[in-house]
Amino acid sequence: MPRWLAHLIVIALLAAACGWAFASLDMTWNWGVVWEYRQAFWKGWWMTLGLALAALLASSLIGLAAAVMLRSRFAIVEAFARVYVELIRGTPLLVQLLVGWYVVAAALHVGTEYRAAVGVLVLALFSGAYMAEIFRGGLDAIPKAQIDSARAVGLTRWQAFRLVVLPQAVRIVLPAVAGQLVSLIKDSSLLSVLSIGEFTFAARNVNSATYSTLESYLPLAAGYLALTLPLSALSRWLERRFRYEAA
Amino acid sequence: MNLAIHGLVQRFADPRSGTQATVLDRLDLVTGDIQALVLVGPSGGGKSTLLRILAGLDVPTAGTVAFDGEPLPRDEKGLIGYRRTVGTVFQAYNLFPHLTAMQNLLLPLVHVHGLAEAEARERVREPLERFGLASHAHKRPAELSGGQKQRVAILRALVVRPRRLFLDEPTSALDPEMTGEVLDMIGELKATGTQFVLVTHEMGFARRVADEVAFIADGGCPALATPAEFFSCHEPRVVSFLERVQRE
Repeated sequence: MPRWLAHLIVIALLAAACGWAFASLDMTWNWGVVWEYRQAFWKGWWMTLGLALAALLASSLIGLAAAVMLRSRFAIVEAFARVYVELIRGTPLLVQLLVGWYVVAAALHVGTEYRAAVGVLVLALFSGAYMAEIFRGGLDAIPKAQIDSARAVGLTRWQAFRLVVLPQAVRIVLPAVAGQLVSLIKDSSLLSVLSIGEFTFAARNVNSATYSTLESYLPLAAGYLALTLPLSALSRWLERRFRYEAA
Repeated sequence: MNLAIHGLVQRFADPRSGTQATVLDRLDLVTGDIQALVLVGPSGGGKSTLLRILAGLDVPTAGTVAFDGEPLPRDEKGLIGYRRTVGTVFQAYNLFPHLTAMQNLLLPLVHVHGLAEAEARERVREPLERFGLASHAHKRPAELSGGQKQRVAILRALVVRPRRLFLDEPTSALDPEMTGEVLDMIGELKATGTQFVLVTHEMGFARRVADEVAFIADGGCPALATPAEFFSCHEPRVVSFLERVQRE
């Protein structure tokens, strides 16, 4: 059976099951009222895309820096990165966002107009801890022989890192980074607790204005899938694309 | 080249046992003014460790090494400068897998030796032709055979016009046919006057290409001689080594 056909069959079965579940609920749908709020959804969806991209960029830089620190010869440098990674990965993002905004940002007298910026920063720090482990794995995967070769042709340590190690490590970690972006997009929904006007916040507002819960949240699921499914596909494509280079 | 080594010691800390392993133990070796030195000897005897020191990749624990009366630097800055004047080829994994053969050749020329890209391409054009690699220049290492990879690696070491090459068992990861094509290339280097130090298990080739053969065993150099003398010498360790190799 071709792969696409198998996918289609599974999706059809799933749709049938959902259809049966909703039919047995005997619901009265109220899509008309929610349709009035399509602009709010649309704005929130774009906001989510923007926040996630900004957080991805920042978390890549944070993650790479932390990965390099995790591999440091200096125990104190390694310790900083290790504590950061374990602390962030071991606590809920919700708590980090609340502490980040109501404690840290408040202590620094950050104005409410920077809500979104603080939210992105906390999200980036959160995702950066996962990125750090992804990048560390990628850097560790480069054989020592490559560094020997780089030194043998006369490259400096920094040149060897920039021209030999990093480009190979990036190829190795790209599929995992794309997967991390999928998580990042969904995790950004928690920014709604800081009243940042992203996609989930929009759905919550529509729900409280219309009392049409499913009609508010089902489009939310569809909107996230529209972002995450292409990313998953990209991740798998990258994996195939760079497999050949392991020689 | 004139190689003079005195009292060379190399110790490594063994991270598991916490003890020190002595790989080279007060090694002395002084060659005549020769073009090709071949290092032979049993595995674990210190050949590769010695070659890494000669190539400026590792700093010895103690002792002195000098080529043509010029001692090797011991600081990393001096060693980078030194490595830029020589070429080194390892057993395998020399090439950078994310770059094509051509890009592998260009990288040191452009980023280490400061050539413009066009100039660098011009520099590698003729050698690629001469060694039959021009039609493979666009391929990545994964698409090359083992022999082609090693020949590109030797070429990469060569096109920067080094004072001498260091070759660490360049054929030991290859099957016999590919070994032949790589040895032919090294033979041609000998014919065209390139200086090199070669570690190899190919005794027939060692006899043909060497000006002097150094026997490295137990961290020392118990025998150094011309090939003719070496392969008929009576030093017991050499005799038993050669018997063992010839039986394989």
